[in-house]
Amino acid sequence: MASTPAIRLRGLTKKFGPVTAVDGVDLDIAAGEFFSMLGPSGSGKTTVLRMIAGFEAPTSGHVELFGKDVTGDAPFDRDVNTVFQDYALFPHMSVIDNVAYGLRVRGVNAKDRLAQAEDALALVRLEGYGERNPSQLSGGQRQRVALARALVVEPKVLLLDEPLGALDLKLREQMQVELKDIQRRLGITFIFVTHDQEEALTLSDRIAVFNEGGIVQLGTAEEIYRNPQTPFVANFVGTSAVFTADEAKSILGSKGACSVRPEHIDIVRGKAPAGTITAKGIVFDTIFLGASTRVIVDLDGDKRVAVLEQNDLSRTPSHRGDTVTVAIHPQFLSPLS
Amino acid sequence: MATSVTSPDRVAELPTQSAARRGSAFLYRHAKVRLALLLSAPLFWLGFVYIAALVALLITAFWSVDSFTGDIVIDWSFNNVATILTQSVYQAVTLRTLGIALVVTAIDILLALPIAFVMAKVASRSAQRALVIAILMPLWASYLVKAYAWRNVLAEGGILDWTLGFVGLNSPGYGLEGTVLTLAYLWLPFVILPIYTAMERVPDSLIDASSDLGARTWTSFRTVILPLIAPGIIAGSIFSFSLTLGDYIAVKIVGGATQTLGSLVYTNVGTANNLPLAAAIAFIPIAIIFIYLAAVRRTGALNNL
Repeated sequence: MASTPAIRLRGLTKKFGPVTAVDGVDLDIAAGEFFSMLGPSGSGKTTVLRMIAGFEAPTSGHVELFGKDVTGDAPFDRDVNTVFQDYALFPHMSVIDNVAYGLRVRGVNAKDRLAQAEDALALVRLEGYGERNPSQLSGGQRQRVALARALVVEPKVLLLDEPLGALDLKLREQMQVELKDIQRRLGITFIFVTHDQEEALTLSDRIAVFNEGGIVQLGTAEEIYRNPQTPFVANFVGTSAVFTADEAKSILGSKGACSVRPEHIDIVRGKAPAGTITAKGIVFDTIFLGASTRVIVDLDGDKRVAVLEQNDLSRTPSHRGDTVTVAIHPQFLSPLS
Repeated sequence: MATSVTSPDRVAELPTQSAARRGSAFLYRHAKVRLALLLSAPLFWLGFVYIAALVALLITAFWSVDSFTGDIVIDWSFNNVATILTQSVYQAVTLRTLGIALVVTAIDILLALPIAFVMAKVASRSAQRALVIAILMPLWASYLVKAYAWRNVLAEGGILDWTLGFVGLNSPGYGLEGTVLTLAYLWLPFVILPIYTAMERVPDSLIDASSDLGARTWTSFRTVILPLIAPGIIAGSIFSFSLTLGDYIAVKIVGGATQTLGSLVYTNVGTANNLPLAAAIAFIPIAIIFIYLAAVRRTGALNNL
């Protein structure tokens, strides 16, 4: 990267007693990027976030913020702010006092800080809620207050620790749109921690997929979805049929381990299109999903794969026990390293 | 519908309608009867045994003692009350006792805050348990044993004398300071525990959030932790304050010639044989506690208890 990255992590390692939570993470995050750290719980993503914020000291390695080594700095000396998973709103303060807190401890006078806090509340569309108590707000509103509180001090980097985890689906989708919009308008770097692959795919410029304390794949949403490099990524980000090298050879007649997305496997009736790889199998089960149907097929050679069929009128529905032929275009076979 | 499964002859037999079952059913349906039965015993205790005994004692304050026979005479008057309000010795003892209670409470809160913080926020799970046991352990020992232990600690040539000798100081010996030290020691667990409980209920993320937003450690403590644990501090202070106001044993053991309201009551009940005056003196700490609670209530801290 040509310009100085907003965040640079080098050899970042964190051990809790005998447990290594984060194991030698190297990462550059560009200024203005919407960056997601995606992984299952216990994969180390939150610990990395907490080390960037300064709540945890790394066992070894460095954290740089715009080229400045902040590894030893306390959270209050770092130009990053956090939106917490449980929102962490101060229960003894009104909404406006919560939002103005960062300005208050910086010594901004009462008049200015209230004005700025009002602006921040307006940014998250909570005008007029200032006098309420956090306990009187809904989950989504608390989420916005937490966002306003972190943004009012104009951080260079905003860290978001599973901020939408506690919201219901509709609200979560709405907040995703708003988060993306706010990030675009303010142009600051967002680092977003989530275990929800769909959320990461929707929001991010780039994604780092975490597993067992390290980054297993780094790339844009499309790169990661189209070319998962490990069986873990292939099935954590979306689902895939994963073929080991032996299975690929015997079933698909292709070389090397690979994965393929369910929507890239077709059930063909009659002649398979030219150039496709075909395999025979028996339908084990069908799951109706609305717009599509997931068909589970046991291929000859003892391999179970999922096929996603669109429910258009021309399709003949598959049934359990049907003998079928599946077809895969070779370009959709993604090699695994 | 699998009707055969739910047909009556297949259902497990309910126990027969015994008297106990009918009684339970009656109570289940009649919530008020249930409530009355549950509350009658504790309310009887509170109303008759506890409050009535206190009222009887206080009524005694309006009686007097026959100076010749030493018997209690029921002649209603405000003489005892007038005595304690006007005579300077009672004013002095009241102020001294109040001062001791305030200083003991202040010392205990100052000691309890860091200890409670370490227990709730720093110590590991096992260290936390060990610390709670360490705090509670002294409560298993008799009050008298602990007071006499402090008599030894404070004695001339005792451990405090010896330790302070290294920095060129002496033990305060038996007196006001000794009383304050001993009482502060005795009530410390009662102050630590509520503050610890309150501290434990403050989510770590609030402290993280505060420092994340730029607050230094002291600012976080003052603006986030302190307001949230205020109810615990108040609860602890009520213990140390009221226990100090009523204490008479520690002051007898380590107080030297120091007199407090408690020791005055003790003297008047015992050697001076003036129960009515003792009862009148007992009014003073009760009045002070009421004023204290009213003041605390005004701060709003009791709302969150």
